[in-house]
Amino acid sequence: MVTVRLKVNGVAHEGRCEPRKLLVDFIREDLGLTGTHVGCEHGICGACTIMFNGEAARSCIMLAVQADGAELGTVEGLMRDGKLHPLQEAFREHHGLQCGFCTPGMLITALDLLRTNPSPSDREIREGISAVLCRCTGYQGIVNAVRAAAPILASGR
Amino acid sequence: MKPPKFEYHAPTTLDEAVAALGRYGGDAKVLAGGQSLMPLLNFRLARPAALVDLNRVASLAYIREQDGQVRFGAMTRQRTIEFSPVVAQHLPLLKEATRWVGHLPIRTRGTIGGSIAHADPSAEYPAVLAALEGEVVARGAKGDRVIRAADLFQTYLTTNLAPDEILTEVRLPAMPAGVGYALEEFARRHGDFAIVGIAAMVVREGQRCTMARLATAGAGPVPVRLRAAEEILERDGLGEAAIDAAARKATELVDPDADIHASADYRRHLAGVLTKRALTRAIGVARG
Ligand SMILES: Cc1cc2nc3c(=O)[nH]c(=O)nc-3n(C[C@@H](O)[C@H](O)[C@H](O)COP(=O)(O)OP(=O)(O)OC[C@H]3O[C@@H](n4cnc5c(N)ncnc54)[C@H](O)[C@@H]3O)c2cc1C
Ligand code: FES
Ligand code: FES
Repeated sequence: MVTVRLKVNGVAHEGRCEPRKLLVDFIREDLGLTGTHVGCEHGICGACTIMFNGEAARSCIMLAVQADGAELGTVEGLMRDGKLHPLQEAFREHHGLQCGFCTPGMLITALDLLRTNPSPSDREIREGISAVLCRCTGYQGIVNAVRAAAPILASGR
Repeated sequence: MKPPKFEYHAPTTLDEAVAALGRYGGDAKVLAGGQSLMPLLNFRLARPAALVDLNRVASLAYIREQDGQVRFGAMTRQRTIEFSPVVAQHLPLLKEATRWVGHLPIRTRGTIGGSIAHADPSAEYPAVLAALEGEVVARGAKGDRVIRAADLFQTYLTTNLAPDEILTEVRLPAMPAGVGYALEEFARRHGDFAIVGIAAMVVREGQRCTMARLATAGAGPVPVRLRAAEEILERDGLGEAAIDAAARKATELVDPDADIHASADYRRHLAGVLTKRALTRAIGVARG
């Protein structure tokens, strides 16, 4: 067993687990933060995407022990003062979700995209969100939401 | 699924990592970005006795210019390469190739050393290593050795690294100023492994071509240098007829296998089409 100490959304956590425990399972089962979803468990679907030290990464193909000392961000950390994050607001406004399974990973991925490229073209948005599979929306609503959120995030809310 | 049990080591120095690997006599695996190894563990297609995690070996992550080369520590993330000004200036082909490696969240973790050591026949970095005639450095119990791209790749997912060796550095010669380059690939969805990809580089003097490089991904078990096609350009120049002849030659030089993604014939066809596209674009951006 190994001890894992990390921060999630600014809050310090500590847990003990086997070295083979996947980070996504640690987040969901040990920390009880079930906002991050788990789908394929091999890096393809993107549902498990979280912020790892400020950069989007798949938590299903990382070990919990590798996150010892890291700062994570998950979908639970996006809301501020009871208000949705502007990107979440845009997803709601533009029908960027239906069942919501892909949405946590989609939001984190889009946030990372907009941080590295604050005013992406539609083509770049499509390339960016191709990292996450959505079985419901047909993606157009998601593209619209990311496009709408871009100037709001770029202006610092 | 979940990974099988393994012993876990997270050394902080290269010496400790080499020693840890050596103790298992081939039963341990190096864990770099995990973007290929973790899926294999999750599916239990790999069942190593131990993992030697390089993620805490800080000395393995760097980008350095030396002796006309750009040298990368094996643990340099693909994401770091994508945004590196040194890479943009001296290795624009590598920068372009990086955008094709999975997706940004994959490149956050995936490393240059891992991509090359993994030697997926469809991967972009091995093709770039072949096109640029790069080399890698491996460290084992007996010390360092330098391996040229042409000697490194053996067959599918197999390099000539020994099980107790760690790939420590990747060296790519800086591309000459004004060089033309392009990486063209075809995949069904963006971010998927290429069905076929072609990396091209040309140095031109007017319509003459003083150097051409062409290397494949996905058109055989290892990256293939299309030397006979390069020679056509170096002999006949960069006109349309020479490009067509080089593309035709490319289809003869590759020996692809069929798999669930594509037939051998289709891959061969793609090798020609993509060679033409890559050359046309490379010549368009070349100065001189
Ligand atoms: C959804 C998805 C899409 C992808 N798409 C692409 C793509 O389009 N193109 C592409 O090229 N790749 C793609 N990849 C794989 C790529 O992202 C991996 O980064 C790469 O193949 C392996 O690098 P890694 O650092 O993650 O290595 P790991 O997964 O940690 O290791 C891979 C193998 O190499 C060995 N190894 C790693 N580092 C060393 C070293 N320094 N010395 C000795 N042995 C070592 C390991 O033991 C293991 O056997 C994709 C991955 C995913 C999950
Ligand atoms: S669950 Fe991690 S990518 Fe699908
Ligand atoms: S909203 Fe259902 S998978 Fe995307």
